[in-house]
Amino acid sequence: MTEFLQQVLNGVSLGAIYALIALGYTMVYGVLRFINFAHSDVFMLGAFVGWAAVERLHLPTRSFGGGLAALALAMAVCAILGVVIEKLAYKPLRNRSTLTVLITAIGVSLLIQNVSQNPTIGFGPNPRAFPELFPARQIHLGGLTVSTNQIVVLAVTVVLLAVLYWIVHRTKTGTAMRALSFNATAASLVGINNDRIISFTFALGSALAGAGGVLYATNYPSIDPLMGTLPGLKAFVAAVLGGIGNLPGAALGGLLIGLVETFVSGTRLSTFRDAIAFAILIAILLFRPAGLLGKLKVEKV
Amino acid sequence: MNRPASGPRSRRSFLTLAACSAVLAGCRGKEGDTGAQAIRLGLFGALSGSEAGLGQYTDMGATLALEEVNAAGGVLGRPLEMVREDNRTTAGESATAVKKLLSRDQVVAVIGDGNSGRCLEAGPLCQAAGLPMVSPAATNPKVTEIGDCIFRVCFTDPFQGAVMARFARETLHLSRVGLLVDASAPYSLGLSSVFRERFAAEGGTVVSEQRFSGGDKDFRAQLTALKSAGIEAVFAPSYYHSGGLILRQARDLGFEGPMLGSDGWEAPELLEVAGRTAEGAYFPVHFSPENTDPLVAGFLGRFRRRFGKPPTGVSALAFDTLQLIADAIRRAGSAEPPAIRAALASTRDFQGVTGRISMDPGRNARKPAVIIGVRDGAFRFLRVVDPGDPGRASS
Amino acid sequence: MFPPRSQRILLAVLAASALLSAFSGRLNPYFLDVALGAGISVVLASSLNLINGFTGQFSLGHAGFMAVGAYASAMLTTTLAPRLGLSANLLQWGFFPLSLVAGGLLAALAGIAVGAPSLRLKGDYLAIVTLGFGEIIKVVLQNVDAVGASRGLTGIPSHTNLFWVFGSAAVTVYVVWGLLNSTYGRGFLAVADDEVAAEAMGLNTTRYKITAFVVGAFFAGVAGGLYAHLKGYLNPGGFSFDKSIEIVVMVILGGMGRHSGVVVAALLLTVLTESLRQTGAFRMIVYSVLLIVLMLTRPQGLFVWPLWSKKEGRP
Repeated sequence: MTEFLQQVLNGVSLGAIYALIALGYTMVYGVLRFINFAHSDVFMLGAFVGWAAVERLHLPTRSFGGGLAALALAMAVCAILGVVIEKLAYKPLRNRSTLTVLITAIGVSLLIQNVSQNPTIGFGPNPRAFPELFPARQIHLGGLTVSTNQIVVLAVTVVLLAVLYWIVHRTKTGTAMRALSFNATAASLVGINNDRIISFTFALGSALAGAGGVLYATNYPSIDPLMGTLPGLKAFVAAVLGGIGNLPGAALGGLLIGLVETFVSGTRLSTFRDAIAFAILIAILLFRPAGLLGKLKVEKV
Repeated sequence: MNRPASGPRSRRSFLTLAACSAVLAGCRGKEGDTGAQAIRLGLFGALSGSEAGLGQYTDMGATLALEEVNAAGGVLGRPLEMVREDNRTTAGESATAVKKLLSRDQVVAVIGDGNSGRCLEAGPLCQAAGLPMVSPAATNPKVTEIGDCIFRVCFTDPFQGAVMARFARETLHLSRVGLLVDASAPYSLGLSSVFRERFAAEGGTVVSEQRFSGGDKDFRAQLTALKSAGIEAVFAPSYYHSGGLILRQARDLGFEGPMLGSDGWEAPELLEVAGRTAEGAYFPVHFSPENTDPLVAGFLGRFRRRFGKPPTGVSALAFDTLQLIADAIRRAGSAEPPAIRAALASTRDFQGVTGRISMDPGRNARKPAVIIGVRDGAFRFLRVVDPGDPGRASS
Repeated sequence: MFPPRSQRILLAVLAASALLSAFSGRLNPYFLDVALGAGISVVLASSLNLINGFTGQFSLGHAGFMAVGAYASAMLTTTLAPRLGLSANLLQWGFFPLSLVAGGLLAALAGIAVGAPSLRLKGDYLAIVTLGFGEIIKVVLQNVDAVGASRGLTGIPSHTNLFWVFGSAAVTVYVVWGLLNSTYGRGFLAVADDEVAAEAMGLNTTRYKITAFVVGAFFAGVAGGLYAHLKGYLNPGGFSFDKSIEIVVMVILGGMGRHSGVVVAALLLTVLTESLRQTGAFRMIVYSVLLIVLMLTRPQGLFVWPLWSKKEGRP
């Protein structure tokens, strides 16, 4: 029983990070109807900003203040980066075929990865250690052991989700976002500046990815330019599982994927973990393409 | 030996192919002046890609040795030259790289990758060409089983597994150990199976085995399962980027017992990632930087001066690899591949920085392992372990 | 269905590759390796072109099909062939092509498995599913001990020669070309242009999509078999997402849905990659910039004649 609870705890703290990344995929899909392949690389850059905040800007380590400052910095830098990517690569393709945009997105993702991997102009391919941003301690509750880092991940995720919910449902910009994802043409007819809202969506999604990057690196303190690929794919699966375009769905999907992965890892099937995430994805797309919380749309001629 | 001789024949074949690959042809002329006197060695390794660290440290070690051999007047009165080829850590690339080294660069011996999988890919080509290949750090037994042209200067996985089993029993007095295995690395699989066998033979029990795959960063689930199985220690043969995270997460989950690893753990990054959670980690290495032998101290100093950083174990092994090949050429009195091969096979008591090297009949270097422990955030020399005949360990 | 002129070209290429093959013993093994690699790329790129270019689907799992074919044919030549006691010539000219076809058929079977879900998916969803499929294949191969698991499959005989590689390349291009220039084949283009309209016209779009996946996967499997018997060693890591991307780049650079452009791109990229081995670290940066710039300015591909064509590439 203790082992079971400990695994639930492990799964939830992993799933929370997937949820943060999944939200970015789902928001962009909501307004633009395409998968932003570069999202997982923004996540990776978020972790590197957190690293630079300590190693270059000399923010204090092992303190909540320094940690939160690094987190905020990563979110800000990633938000700007998300907008830049959108303006340079995606905006010129606004009315082109999905395939063209998709290939561009793959191109952007490969570009970020390979520039980062290059030892001359990037970080180099070797994994490097991520500093201890938050004071790390273990707390024992009965037979369970929780590290403070896991608590930080959960707390930050909950706060960010609450803020996101507030933005999307209680502000004018959020209302415009929802209108845009419902019907882009109608939205522009009622006076919504679609380009501005799309940029805002990218900023919001990328900021969450940046936060996810720092939190992930805090928990798994070894960062490298390809670290985003797998969590990014898992988060994408989470977004589809929850119903792409659906915010609570993305959060739920993230948690579920985190739990499934953790429970699979504790068994003899552990080495099939990545394959299982994809198998879930394929199963959902076949049997419930709209995801757990999504609504199915019929393509109109 | 059936390497094509340079001359009109290969020039004709070159022209035939030039039709298909004009770009390549333009890139570098076949008849380029090669400095007639130089003896050419080849090196293929992961100079870029995800294991670039391994390849670059190998290259640095070999380069230092090359420069020192040449500064001392070369071999047989001729300078040595080393052609480097990058396999980008990608499967399928080592074969092409070695074909280039063999046929285009006409090398007389090859320094192999530090990774066993990529040596298994390139080894058969060297064997077919009758050309010696020496790997600095490929520890999988299958590598030298390819044939009589394939050598290594490091110990093997069965040897290493036996070393750790004996160390766990005799020094740490452990009886219940859990295994955490990287199922995507033959290295980790091989080590753990030998450990399991030898640890049982010495009276201990492997209580539980958990697996992960190469790029994984989350080991909490596996460690939680191990801890629940009531183990005293974890043996996690793996590379340092996994090792650091395993150490940290084990301590995060409140596991306080010894953590045993393998030679892949030897890197400063292990300490950086694990921080103070690295205390109580033990693993075998090929050479100890704390060794006060003037040979080792001199190597450390020269390496630091040349590259501005301390060497890793694989640098020391690559240094020895090139020195050993140079020594073999000297002893053979000839730079012909079959003569070098024969001289390498008969190596006895070659004094390298990683220890005294003798080639056993399986073309594996025989030397004891050094166990390192982490104390106060640094690697500390603990003891030398030799579990006896390495051949016995694998049977 | 197959015009006589193209048959003559096919025969000419087959004869030329047979002739070249007779002299391959005299070629420098390194150049031979590069030439064979380039030919295999042509098979891969042309077969992916049928799926991604002509039918307008988007597969990111071509390396997965390649892996299926590679392992299947290698298992046949390493485990079954030695028991049959065939002569060297019979192995090279009889058993080996059969094992290539067997590998292709198994890959085609996998093509059905991936093609089936694709009926309900399009664009980016399909891309992710095929990507996932490729990863699943890799993970499974890594865990099956019979095929060497993560240690890799060693000791594969080197049967691949110029004839088999360029012969397969010619047949691939011929089949894809012939398929598209038949009355039946126009349906592929219709599916790519507008699926809903194609359906309304009474075309069975499902069948076209499955056919594209099956034929494409078959040739990817054959290419895998050729690759296996060229390198002599297989490792699941060699069939990763990066390999799929490499093939995708060839198709996009050559111009999706163009025959000759894709062939040129496949040859050129392979040779260029090899000659840039020393500057490997910058290769992928160049690829990715090329992808983005092409999509923004020239989505019809680089090697499309006439080069000043204003026509938007398909789709």
